[in-house]
Amino acid sequence: MAAKLSPGDLLRFSTTSLRGHGLRTGLSLLGVVIGVMAVVILTALGDGARTYVVDQFASLGTNLLIVLPGKTETSGSMGMGGVPNDLTLEDAQTVERSILEVSRVAPVVMGTEELAYGERRRQLAVVGTTRKYAEARDLKIARGDFLPAGDMFRGSSVVVLGAQAAREIFDEADPVGEIVRVGGWRMRVIGVMATQGTKLGINFDDIAIIPITTGMQMLNRTSLFRMVIQVQAYADIDSAKDKVIALIEERHEEEDFTVLTQDSMMSTFASILDTLTLVVAAIAAISLTVAGIGIMNVMLVSVSERTREIGLLKAVGASSGQILTAFLTEAVFISASGGLLGLALGWTAVKILVVFFPALPASPPTWAVTAALGLSIAVGGIFGLLPARRATQLDPVAALGQR
Amino acid sequence: MPQVADEPRIRLTGITRTFEVGGTEVRALVNVDEEIRSGEHVAIMGPSGSGKSTLLNVLGCLDKPTSGSYFLDGREVGSLESAELTQVRRHKIGFVFQFFHLIPRLSAVENVELPMLFAGVPKKERRERASTALAAVGLADRVTHLPEQLSGGERQRTALARATILEPSILLADEPTGNLDSSSGRVVLDILDRLNDEGLTLLVVTHDPKVAHRADRVIVLVDGKVVKRVPGDRVVEVMALLAEEEPEALEPGEPGEPGEGTKTGE
Ligand SMILES: Nc1ncnc2c1ncn2[C@@H]1O[C@H](COP(=O)(O)OP(=O)(O)OP(=O)(O)O)[C@@H](O)[C@H]1O
Ligand SMILES: [Mg+2]
Repeated sequence: MAAKLSPGDLLRFSTTSLRGHGLRTGLSLLGVVIGVMAVVILTALGDGARTYVVDQFASLGTNLLIVLPGKTETSGSMGMGGVPNDLTLEDAQTVERSILEVSRVAPVVMGTEELAYGERRRQLAVVGTTRKYAEARDLKIARGDFLPAGDMFRGSSVVVLGAQAAREIFDEADPVGEIVRVGGWRMRVIGVMATQGTKLGINFDDIAIIPITTGMQMLNRTSLFRMVIQVQAYADIDSAKDKVIALIEERHEEEDFTVLTQDSMMSTFASILDTLTLVVAAIAAISLTVAGIGIMNVMLVSVSERTREIGLLKAVGASSGQILTAFLTEAVFISASGGLLGLALGWTAVKILVVFFPALPASPPTWAVTAALGLSIAVGGIFGLLPARRATQLDPVAALGQR
Repeated sequence: MPQVADEPRIRLTGITRTFEVGGTEVRALVNVDEEIRSGEHVAIMGPSGSGKSTLLNVLGCLDKPTSGSYFLDGREVGSLESAELTQVRRHKIGFVFQFFHLIPRLSAVENVELPMLFAGVPKKERRERASTALAAVGLADRVTHLPEQLSGGERQRTALARATILEPSILLADEPTGNLDSSSGRVVLDILDRLNDEGLTLLVVTHDPKVAHRADRVIVLVDGKVVKRVPGDRVVEVMALLAEEEPEALEPGEPGEPGEGTKTGE
């Protein structure tokens, strides 16, 4: 005669006790709602940021090494004292010529200058580089051509405009062949790029690209801003990096530059995001613990209010196990409802956020949703246990004696 | 349930129940020996504090005697495991209380369904049986009422329907009419009589001679001891005895006990 209280009946009975206690139940729910909501929103943001960053790096082009003048602290070793040698065009040329794994090298200088055409003028970023930059960075041309191939030491007065810059100055007219002034220098427009968007902080649509030597003169630079090196194959990245370091170090007689790989940049971001994940976990743990204590409190009140009822249930033939299960079900019902509500609210918040920041592909990862819901259920079970046990341990005679 | 031919439904031998209160011992039941036949209707009387409720709680397996043996249908209750005790409470015993003990947030029919809920009876069958039981106590049109929407008599009839819904063999009633006016009380007592006629063993704790009068037998407790056993129709003798023991308790117009002791109904 193994009497089984069916789960449906159990849930129905357990939840009848919430009738008329909407506010109290709602308040104890709140902690779970906030906890789960925080987890959903923050993990969605974290995940969105991760996807965004990965996309950004992918859009840079593949198999790239980037050489910067100066030694960044991240790699440690050298002190602050020494003034670094210039990173020169000769360095770039030597790297391209003598390292087998390297397929192309694009030297880069950067600055801000005025672009002028007739009455129209515009401040924009000016990049001095070579044709290989377009290939390494995968830049698309809409009209005309990119910078001419050939000797990187030969300057010429030509400029390639970003899509937006061209539109602002020339409206719908074709700029190719027109003479503009860049930083006061007369230059002929030889090409307009297709819309590229912003890649890692550089808006390639509002830009003027000129030959490297011209750029160094115009911007008055002796050192490259950076050197973008494309390696033949992904597998060669590490050996290429070592050779680049050895080669430039030999030329400079010290390691006064930094070589970044996409991997090293990505891992810096990854560690930032891992910290975010830890913060999310801490918020979740704290808010769910607080929520659990709230639920425990409400359940303890409920048990003491329903002392007579519990006595009656025993008299009527409810086993201790059934009473325990009924009260646990009530606690889990509260916490799970809070979890679902928090999930719904968090999800809605993320959807709204995406409307306002479409660039951020934010969506809560499945693991976070599952964990948040699982935890909210566990919170009810764990913190409901003490009150439920208290209910089963009531002496039915004393309980029924209460009037 | 299997039952030996002339084994009484209930047999108590040397039942003693003591409570520890602040270091001193309160003896609620002292060495009670009693046999109750199947289908018998027994009234339990006695002054306040004489151990009547304690006896009922022991009989209902809600309380354990400090010493002595309680045989229910020939099995010693003290030797049963807690799962078996749950089964006994669920299927052999029904309880009715002075204060009804209906669950206030559940409707009449949901209250009656409770024992079946824990016994695992399917929902549809529960609702049918509970509605039928309510109709049988004259509450067909009160099925969805909440306890607070019912009169005292209606509440007690709901409680009665609940106590008997799993067809127990014993019904224990602790002052079932104690909170009712005489006419509501009479309706409840008539239902109890009918159930007893159908074979239910009935034990009723009461202060009211009219209630005791209906019983086959009256047992009188004083200070936890059985001091008198008389047939129900000789309840006058009990009243005389109790008048000596506790004269003030029999004064007419006791608060909360309308009709007790004075008016002679029927
Ligand atoms: N849980 C308990 N702890 C201590 N003493 C108790 C307890 N339950 C009952 N008693 C004592 O046992 C004695 C018998 O109590 P019981 O409730 O059985 O009396 P009763 O005959 O039902 O009285 P009444 O007519 O007032 O209901 C009383 O002296 C009471 O104080
Ligand atoms: Mg009593």
